[in-house]
Amino acid sequence: MALSELEVRKLALLARLELSDDEVRKLGPQIDSILGFVNQLSELDTEDVQPMTTALDVDNRWRADVVTAGLSNDQALHNAPSRDDECFRVPAVLGTAAAKNA
Amino acid sequence: MSSLAEHSVVGLCIPIAERSATIHSDQYRLPIMTVTAPNTVTTIIGLEVHVQLKTETKLFCGCKTQFGAPPNTQVCPVCLGLPGALPVMNDRAIELAVKAGLAINCDIPPMSKWDRKQYFYPDLPKGYQISQFDLPICGEGYLDIPDDENDGDTVRIGITRAHLEEDAGKSMHDEASGTGDTRIDLNRCGTPLLEIVSEPDMRSSAQAQAYLTQLKALMIHMGISDCEMQEGSLRVDANVNLHINVGEKKIATPIVEVKNMNSFRAVEAAIEHEVVRQYDVWQETGKTIKEEPKTTRGWDDTKEITFQQREKEESADYRYFPDPDLLPVRILREQVEAIRSTLGETPDQTRDRLPGQYGIKPYDADVIVKSGSQMVVYFERVAELSGDGKRASSWVQQDVMRTMKDRQIDVSDFPVDADKLGDLLKRIAAGDIDNSRAKDVFNHLVDNDQSVDEAIQSLGIESVDSSEIDALVQELLDANPKIVEDVLSGNEKAVGALIGQAKKKNPNANPQVIRETALRIIKSK
Ligand SMILES: [Zn+2]
Repeated sequence: MALSELEVRKLALLARLELSDDEVRKLGPQIDSILGFVNQLSELDTEDVQPMTTALDVDNRWRADVVTAGLSNDQALHNAPSRDDECFRVPAVLGTAAAKNA
Repeated sequence: MSSLAEHSVVGLCIPIAERSATIHSDQYRLPIMTVTAPNTVTTIIGLEVHVQLKTETKLFCGCKTQFGAPPNTQVCPVCLGLPGALPVMNDRAIELAVKAGLAINCDIPPMSKWDRKQYFYPDLPKGYQISQFDLPICGEGYLDIPDDENDGDTVRIGITRAHLEEDAGKSMHDEASGTGDTRIDLNRCGTPLLEIVSEPDMRSSAQAQAYLTQLKALMIHMGISDCEMQEGSLRVDANVNLHINVGEKKIATPIVEVKNMNSFRAVEAAIEHEVVRQYDVWQETGKTIKEEPKTTRGWDDTKEITFQQREKEESADYRYFPDPDLLPVRILREQVEAIRSTLGETPDQTRDRLPGQYGIKPYDADVIVKSGSQMVVYFERVAELSGDGKRASSWVQQDVMRTMKDRQIDVSDFPVDADKLGDLLKRIAAGDIDNSRAKDVFNHLVDNDQSVDEAIQSLGIESVDSSEIDALVQELLDANPKIVEDVLSGNEKAVGALIGQAKKKNPNANPQVIRETALRIIKSK
């Protein structure tokens, strides 16, 4: 199953990657080969195998609802490319498409 | 149904009636009954409600969830999405989610898991939201709401599921600086939310309002959420479309999801607006659900209209996959039963019980119940200690609730605990202190960690020796059996004759106290 250029471009858009036409042509077959590798799994007979959600034999690692020390405002903003006294600053965001739960 | 709802329905029916050329108002209001009329319209509504769970800390880290802190002061490497930071589940959030699920009659599956919902937005620093895709913590359930068409009946609204997820941060558009930048505050990022998804079972905006009112009361009562829409701890999205009977044919209009509604009133208005708008669009274009996918519209509260939200073409592709950083959640049956046993009465049951038990009006019981189960516990303790339910109800609703609101404090942190207020009200009932002085004592206790006795002393209030008054009144009653007889046969005014005699024996005796003491002694016989 070959990946179309259109699909590569869509994936790039979703991942916020800017690809040149050359890169799109180069990446398509590479992704194909990864998918082919994973596809080998479909050769296995999984008829009587329950779906698994983790490879670990543990669950329920919970913590108590107790406040722990976090970062100060200045520490939190320390590595931000752009900031002011209180907040991170980013270029204006208008669209709401991604803000499913905003 | 609250008075607000009735008001809204009346107000909002007007534009529909004006459009009677398009939809006859009677057909709209009784869509299912009028089968003979052409173009019968049925409104189909499903609601998605996000409630913020009342935890101290976030869903996957120990940062505080308190509302109103200065920006970016309740953050850590986990909720900032810094490389290498790993999430750990908050056990209280899981407990509250299960409790909420049980309150709305949901199945609690033995296992649920976490998934990553991926999208890019500056207030989502990881680039994905941890949510639950195919195995939510709460399965199918239902909520019975009052039927607005048949008094006393209920309508069952199905619950599809309820799942846990983390909240995003807050984006603020900075107009002041002139740069047009957006400022990001990540304090809210990672706060636990429970998204409760209903079946499309509601048929009118009034039913949607009734569902929300019922759900909110339940969540507050069970201590699951504060449900403050203004603070964002309750958010509602509505899925709306119309089923239209055209002669023998049945069509459905495309589904619209309405967002950004900041009050129940807005939810109601937005639904009403969509009913008219979708009908008009259908008449114009003839487009049905088969020709157009679900779209998202925002609500403009000032213009009272919904508007098309700008959507990027890839918006629907969240590429969910199981979060490898988190383990599945397994909830044992015993745990479910243990949580079920903490549910106690439903708000409806409490509302029905209080008037009979404490002699208060149903309206007052409703106010107390709507303030949550902690307030109910507080009220009941005060009523029991003071022996006067009516007085307890009036003090709790006026003095306690007002002070809590003014000072923005919770009943659990209220400085005058139920034992102190019960003690104080008992003294009023006994005539040891009058009402206005008791208010002084109350206000003093709000600011000072003292006992009632200490407060009375601090304020220099001379307390009346009630045993002395009791003895005096008892002596007079023994000497005047006729007065006792008169009072017992219903003539309470007869005690007036005692006051003059009491004054002769003790010139400082308070007439009101004499009257009350005499009645109390006679009636306790
Ligand atoms: Zn944190």
